[in-house]
Amino acid sequence: MSRVILPEPDRAILARRDGIVADLRRLVGGQAIIADEVGRRAYETDALTAYRRLPLAVVLPGTTEEIARVLRYCDQWGIKVVARGAGTSLSGGALPTEDAVVIAVSRMNRVLEVDYVNRVARVEVGITNLAISEAVKAAGFFYAPDPSSQLACTLAGNIGMNSGGAHCLKYGVTTNNVLGLKMVLVDGTIVELGGPHLDAAGYDLVGLIVGSEGQFGIVTEATVRILRAAEGARPMLIGFDSSEAAGQCVAAIIGSGIIPVAIEFMDRPAIRVCEAFAKAGYPDVEALLIVEVEGSDAEIKALLEAITELAKPFDPRELRVSQSAEQSAAIWKGRKAAFGAIGRISDYYCMDGTIPLGQLAHVLGEISRICDAHGLKVANIFHAGDGNLHPLILYDANDADQADRAERAGAEVLELCVAVGGCLTGEHGVGIEKRDLMPVQFDASDLAQQMRIKTVFDPHWLLNPAKVFPLDGRPEAQAKKSKAAA
Amino acid sequence: MPSDVRPVDEREVSRILREAAQAATPIELKGAGSKHNIGRPMTTTLGLSTGALRGITLYEPNEMVMAARSGTPLSLLEESLAERGQMLAFEPASLGTAAGGEARGATIGGVFATNLSGARRIMVGAARDHLLGLRAVNGRGEIFKAGGRVMKNVTGVDLCRGLAGSWGTLAVMSEVTFKVLPMPEHTETLVLLGLPDEIAIEVLCTAMGAPFEVSGAVHLQPTMVARLEHEGLRGQGQAVTALRLENFKASVDYRKGKLKALLKAYGEIHDLDHDNSLALWQELRALALLKASDAPLWRISTAPSTGPKVVAAIARYMDCSAFYDWAGGLIWLELLPTTDAGAADVRRVIATHGGHATLIRAAAEVRAAVDVFQPLEPGVGTISRQLKAAFDPAGILNPGRMYADF
Repeated sequence: MSRVILPEPDRAILARRDGIVADLRRLVGGQAIIADEVGRRAYETDALTAYRRLPLAVVLPGTTEEIARVLRYCDQWGIKVVARGAGTSLSGGALPTEDAVVIAVSRMNRVLEVDYVNRVARVEVGITNLAISEAVKAAGFFYAPDPSSQLACTLAGNIGMNSGGAHCLKYGVTTNNVLGLKMVLVDGTIVELGGPHLDAAGYDLVGLIVGSEGQFGIVTEATVRILRAAEGARPMLIGFDSSEAAGQCVAAIIGSGIIPVAIEFMDRPAIRVCEAFAKAGYPDVEALLIVEVEGSDAEIKALLEAITELAKPFDPRELRVSQSAEQSAAIWKGRKAAFGAIGRISDYYCMDGTIPLGQLAHVLGEISRICDAHGLKVANIFHAGDGNLHPLILYDANDADQADRAERAGAEVLELCVAVGGCLTGEHGVGIEKRDLMPVQFDASDLAQQMRIKTVFDPHWLLNPAKVFPLDGRPEAQAKKSKAAA
Repeated sequence: MPSDVRPVDEREVSRILREAAQAATPIELKGAGSKHNIGRPMTTTLGLSTGALRGITLYEPNEMVMAARSGTPLSLLEESLAERGQMLAFEPASLGTAAGGEARGATIGGVFATNLSGARRIMVGAARDHLLGLRAVNGRGEIFKAGGRVMKNVTGVDLCRGLAGSWGTLAVMSEVTFKVLPMPEHTETLVLLGLPDEIAIEVLCTAMGAPFEVSGAVHLQPTMVARLEHEGLRGQGQAVTALRLENFKASVDYRKGKLKALLKAYGEIHDLDHDNSLALWQELRALALLKASDAPLWRISTAPSTGPKVVAAIARYMDCSAFYDWAGGLIWLELLPTTDAGAADVRRVIATHGGHATLIRAAAEVRAAVDVFQPLEPGVGTISRQLKAAFDPAGILNPGRMYADF
């Protein structure tokens, strides 16, 4: 896998590396700088491991002011900067370039303030997603977005990618749960946006910044909503003879007015692999739904009974309502282990398109046709309630031809998602992975408007280089071209 | 008031804006014009109404998504939604009414352009949280789209969020796509009477911090209660603190019992049944109790527990009456008329306590003289000014409506 082209590093910057490292040491202290090759190797890639670039240096700042000093310096000297959380991006969002300084916020992981009365917490963004929920759990609260990587991923990365998770059907994604930000602009200016109140004053800059993939600045602190957890939650498992029936059942549930907290879908290849790994007791069916609802015991019982009735017209082969905490854990066990289980038997390429639910059966058929045509197997696991697909295309990473085919098949799958009215990415972000597919979803004037906003925040395009926007058509590329022409 | 042009499609909007940009003609954007009196007065020479861009273009109830041209009346699309048992969950308030306008024709474009959310915002999010996609024309006359029609979408810069709440200063939305939700089967309200603000907000915050899914949390001072049409409550002649519960009836009954037990120390708790509840919350959404006056009206957003402190601090300088929404975090504050509509005091109090304030209703000469929207910190002001230029370099779209210099 290496179809995405990364620009040639700036030789003048590479030549100045020793001086830059010395300057960075002076700015934030030697302890906070990683300059040796072995140390830098740990930062050369993220969870899209097919792409690797050794960064110029890595800075591990401890404060917002340190980040401001480093950014001001880099801006003055035209040095590119890549912000990094835990490096769990599946789209290459944290991939460095050889001429860039990585600023990793992982040391900035404190909970600064918890306000249960107003239901907000102020944290440094190097905190892991799960640690926010852990910090407020004793009081019965939680932080809602729950990406699969929540044990490792940082809020910084969640803000960068506007991460979702299994439970966002009811509670929304990152952008719906962030009220305020402290951010360092590329020139080192520190700004505060929003706060513990709802809807920041003026333009919705918080809304623009969440999901901007490190293109607009480096966020250092956030005020997030914390929610009181429901009294209880319980899943049920429903097996079907066809993906179509499962898809229609999802539509029937949502159409009825019931909004479960999660509706997860797995197809037969995914079920088999997960069952072999996790021994969750899944039935061997064509498609499986895990539907979870929340509330008091009586509410849960009533909702699961209603969902059972709604499922019946679609001839479920298996219908299992959890009766205990152990059974609930068993139902979730296979799903939660899915990515690891599949990773054990094969390398995989995880896609992230979103489609209108009505297109589900059609799209699943087409995905299987596309992967067949490339001689590859595919397992489908996804958040069905909101149409966010995660086809896992299986391939052998040591086989360059297979890797290439996987990437081609992935691109075709995403083009299909857009063609049926969906989008390239529901929660993983564009990164480098989907950068060159952006014109499939957006035309030149859509992209031009997005890039003008990038230029507002980052006039010299130094932040998180080579990501999100296709290399052709960028204002910097145009500027260079026009200079060459002159 | 300048005469309006009413383009019939996006291409015509594009042509008008291209010509206006070339001639540097400032334009006032409007849907039905219900919020014309809000913001700084503008000296525009052309009005552009989206009123002819009408019609629902997509409705998929099973996918909980609808799209409509921006000039579609809110009432029209809410009727279509109701036929399928669905709604705009963020229940946009009738802001135009509060500013002395006629809210009946309010358009869906105007709702998103002002990020208008009502009482349920505390549970389901703001208007902009429901905006999935849009088509728009920027100040150069270029047509662009953003977002899409699916629930989860992180592809590219989230321009929907940039435009929601930008008051028509960045682009003309031509079509919006948004999430809809099922209407609750049953609604009930718990009411406490006669509580002072501090205690009332404590009640609301306690309820919001419990796992019982409160979907509306308001407190009305007695002067506001006196304006209610709801006779049962108006007749009480004292402050009203109300909590809304929605969903299936059995679930509402259960949560009602739990909440009453939780809040019993605060005094007697009265029930409003389904019909009475719908009437009360409909009245609050219409902001009917705010239109009875032409006194200056502020809309203040702050942390809920700070709400009563803000009101008490302002009350030290002048007489005021408050209607708290969002568990205390949103304050509709009416003041006695003064030369600056209380701006100096309101701004000073907000600077101390945090949050932001918008002057919703005041005479044009007052709105021209004071900051109507919350003044921005210098760094944020710089970005905001450049953001405006990134959409509208000639400065033709609602110039000066939000801020004096852009």
